[in-house]
Amino acid sequence: MAARKTTKKPNVSAEELKTYYREMLLIRRFEEKAGQLYGMGLIGGFCHLYIGQEAVVVGLEAAAKEGDKRITSYRDHGHMLACGMDPGGVMAELTGREGGLSKGKGGSMHMFSKEKHFYGGHGIVGAQVPLGAGLAFADKYKENGGVTFTYFGDGAANQGQVYETFNMAAIWDLPVVFVIENNQYAMGTSQTRSTSTKDIYHRGEAFGIPGEIVNGMDVLAVKAAGEKAVAHCRAGKGPYILEVKTYRYRGHSMSDPAKYRTREEVQKVREQSDPIEHVRELLLTGKHATEDDLKAIDKEIKEVVNQAAEFSKESPEPSLDELWTDIYA
Amino acid sequence: MATEILMPALSPTMEEGTLAKWLVKEGDTVSSGDIMAEIETDKATMEFEAVDEGIVGKILIAEGTEGVKVNTPIAVLVEEGEDASALPAAAPAAAAVTEAAPAAVEAPASATAPAAPVVDLSPDWPADAEMKSETVREALRDAMAEEMRGDEDVYLMGEEVAEYQGAYKISQGLLDEFGAKRVIDTPITEHGFAGIAVGSAFGGLKPIVEFMTFNFAMQAIDQIINSAAKTLYMSGGQMGCPIVFRGPNGAAARVAAQHSQDYAAWYMQVPGLKVVMPYSAADAKGLLKSAIRDPNPVVFLENEILYGRSFDVPQVDDLTIPLGKARIWREGSDVTIVSFGIGMQYALEAADKLAEDGISAEVIDLRTIRPMDTGAIINSVMKTNRLVTVEEGWPQGSVGSYISSVVMQQAFDYLDAPVITLTGKDVPMPYAANLEKLALITTDEVIAAVKQVTYR
Repeated sequence: MAARKTTKKPNVSAEELKTYYREMLLIRRFEEKAGQLYGMGLIGGFCHLYIGQEAVVVGLEAAAKEGDKRITSYRDHGHMLACGMDPGGVMAELTGREGGLSKGKGGSMHMFSKEKHFYGGHGIVGAQVPLGAGLAFADKYKENGGVTFTYFGDGAANQGQVYETFNMAAIWDLPVVFVIENNQYAMGTSQTRSTSTKDIYHRGEAFGIPGEIVNGMDVLAVKAAGEKAVAHCRAGKGPYILEVKTYRYRGHSMSDPAKYRTREEVQKVREQSDPIEHVRELLLTGKHATEDDLKAIDKEIKEVVNQAAEFSKESPEPSLDELWTDIYA
Repeated sequence: MATEILMPALSPTMEEGTLAKWLVKEGDTVSSGDIMAEIETDKATMEFEAVDEGIVGKILIAEGTEGVKVNTPIAVLVEEGEDASALPAAAPAAAAVTEAAPAAVEAPASATAPAAPVVDLSPDWPADAEMKSETVREALRDAMAEEMRGDEDVYLMGEEVAEYQGAYKISQGLLDEFGAKRVIDTPITEHGFAGIAVGSAFGGLKPIVEFMTFNFAMQAIDQIINSAAKTLYMSGGQMGCPIVFRGPNGAAARVAAQHSQDYAAWYMQVPGLKVVMPYSAADAKGLLKSAIRDPNPVVFLENEILYGRSFDVPQVDDLTIPLGKARIWREGSDVTIVSFGIGMQYALEAADKLAEDGISAEVIDLRTIRPMDTGAIINSVMKTNRLVTVEEGWPQGSVGSYISSVVMQQAFDYLDAPVITLTGKDVPMPYAANLEKLALITTDEVIAAVKQVTYR
């Protein structure tokens, strides 16, 4: 992972920095709360937390404009919060309640929002990649200038359909940013054990797709790379790959004891490269905010998350006739 | 404020566990993310992290304790200056999950003999419509062309559909009329282009995906089922997938095992999909037009051998036939023969020959396999009391098996003989001409089955 100090001098306003701080903190606190509710048995099944990777989605959302689309796999809570979906609706979906964004029928891995142009939430590793290119295909067909952010992990990067998609995205010049969220572990298998190339974005070169490495622990670096990628797509030059080097602090899912890496490895990233601490430092050292200002933000976020959790507990389970609805349009 | 820390559930199935080791002691300050304890589940030893910051006020469960139930308070976190001993003895926080009572969801009507089902017997086109002989191939092309003229969002994608004019010439002329933007040649990557098409449907388009044959759609079946069929449900009704997957299905001639399989029974199983398998040219046209307009994903199973077959097609503006409506090809009183797709050829030939022997067969073409017009079948069986199903697919889990179970449950008292479900043989398709013939269903087999159920 690139060290934090590689960040160039940020050309960014205090308000922007505070926004990123707030958005990343929302994801972190939300995920911690989700982990807690899982522990209490309120959330069932699979639950994949995004803690550690917050700068990726917050940075890229900062590069998006209204109407742009996004799609990802099942580690998706961060993406939903970053594009503005209601935390209460997300949390209530995690608890399988009527007030959830999929009425409790999708769960942690399957949520969607037409309004926010969020297209899931997909449970089959790699399947969202052609789907994302298809969204971009629709944008190009309709000539609406839209760009689609198609997120997938270093694990999905070994799926064949990813390369089928790279090929078609390239020959058809689809306006899609392929975002490889490289958190170094495909469930429990490290990239070095599963992947022939050190830098996965190089694989795009075989298809003529440009790309680059991005420090995913630095929200400003992510945003800058995102802006470059989006400009490339919007100019009609076809797809672009961002390989964002990031790290997840928690296990693959809630039931993963994470014995494939040392506690020291996790601790080192947390202490030296945490994306939220990074922005916090920028705010404080640049005198853009005081400790008290940040405490106020912390408090505000905690309140938002607590309200989401309350809603997710109070919202009733879906009515039984929901079993039979939404099968056919 | 003091907060209780509860024994966490650390897997989807965990109910209790062993508190193996405390990594903090009373008085320690912890912040979010710090590892507090190691907990052994039935599967693994997991690290348990603090969520809130605070001071460990009291440890309630000693390390080494086994069988600690999920949600039992194991420690108390206090804020600076707070006294843990002031806390009331921690009562176990109630698990907040409401037990979903396995409420009596109404079972589908079964067991009792039915009232006559409601069956749509309305004609598909006006009786005085002018008829013209057309091939199934022409009918399918005309259906696509008409829908593409009517809706800019409809496009066709697949291998060789554009410049080559279709591997089986179904898309002949479409590139010339609609251009390369809407008639799109793909690389030979079924998995990828099916996914791209599904994504484009999420994005507001109405794709028609041609598989050169449905055998190759097995490469793409994850996108058809997991992405296309399930998304409406998974999104709570927000996001549908209007798409048609079409192409030849079933055995052609002498193309052996990997190119000769009938997928009707496979796709029939999937809620969220509609499955169409036409026999005649008129049905191919009317059903494909309806499929393209349908807001749901439709699997449209054609047949290479039927492509060149000619049928009368009504010359009406905008011929559409509703999905889910069977067609009675021939009325009869002694036995019901239900089939679809190329199976209809054997069913109809058999009915002609049986008539010579004085056996009156009613022949029903399902046309749509899902949703299935079981009402039409039940209605007919209530009249004939005998049923033979005919299909090309394999026997185990066949379309006929399902029909047979429905009839047994809904019209048991009307049956005068066991239902016979005729299928292809339970073997991969052989190449040798004589063996291939043996593997396929034949008219003679249909005749023999009818004679068996009519005790002739």
